[in-house]
Amino acid sequence: MGDERLISRRQVLVVGGAVVALGQMVGRPARAAAADADINRILAGRTAKTTGLTLDVPSIAENGLVVPVNLSVASPMTATDYVRAIHLIAPENPVPLVASFRFTPASGRAATSMRMRLAQTQDIIAIAELSNNDVLIAKAEVKVTIGGCGG
Amino acid sequence: MAIATPRVRLPAIAKKGDIIEIKTLISHDMESGQRRDSAGVVVPRKIIKLFEAQFNGRPVFSADWNPSVSANPYQSFFARVEESGTFEFAWTDDDGTVTKTTAKITVA
Repeated sequence: MGDERLISRRQVLVVGGAVVALGQMVGRPARAAAADADINRILAGRTAKTTGLTLDVPSIAENGLVVPVNLSVASPMTATDYVRAIHLIAPENPVPLVASFRFTPASGRAATSMRMRLAQTQDIIAIAELSNNDVLIAKAEVKVTIGGCGG
Repeated sequence: MAIATPRVRLPAIAKKGDIIEIKTLISHDMESGQRRDSAGVVVPRKIIKLFEAQFNGRPVFSADWNPSVSANPYQSFFARVEESGTFEFAWTDDDGTVTKTTAKITVA
């Protein structure tokens, strides 16, 4: 652990609360609340480390219909030390939880690539769950030129 | 788009213990349930909600997909191969339809 920065569940809730407040100002509280519910359900009271999970997304996406995502955790992927799952969340999408990727030791490497839709510019969140019950979180902003939902 | 067509790419040959990359793609509208048709009526959700990959009957990787997954979903992942065998891939649609394909690999 040492000097690794930690995000407590409380801090996530505080940030989430701020998002809810912002959402109410612009009339979209439901989506942010849905994303908070997803994050809290995944964390299940655990404290997430902010290192170890790589969330690779473009900083600018011209087309919100197809935004590439690369996710990875450096893990030995042995029977006793592996990544169970990585969850991908787009808080400002109509359905914020984009996907949950589930790994096994036979995966060999905890890495996956896919393509997602983004309704608008937002901070994408990824959460990894490890076999030792640790959780890792990463966040990255994607600026979206043309939204990819509802069109 | 009635019939989903899967495509899978992986090496045909590998050495024991190699970690190989597997790339998959399937044609599917992934209708999100958010879109409206030209008459203004919401088009009902119809997506592939589950992707699963097994090797010789053992699970390797799976993904729960939601409506924010792009149309014609692409999914890549890795597998450590210790023996020759067959990968089985399955995509499960909201309506229960399961599209399957297989790929063999020879491990020397």
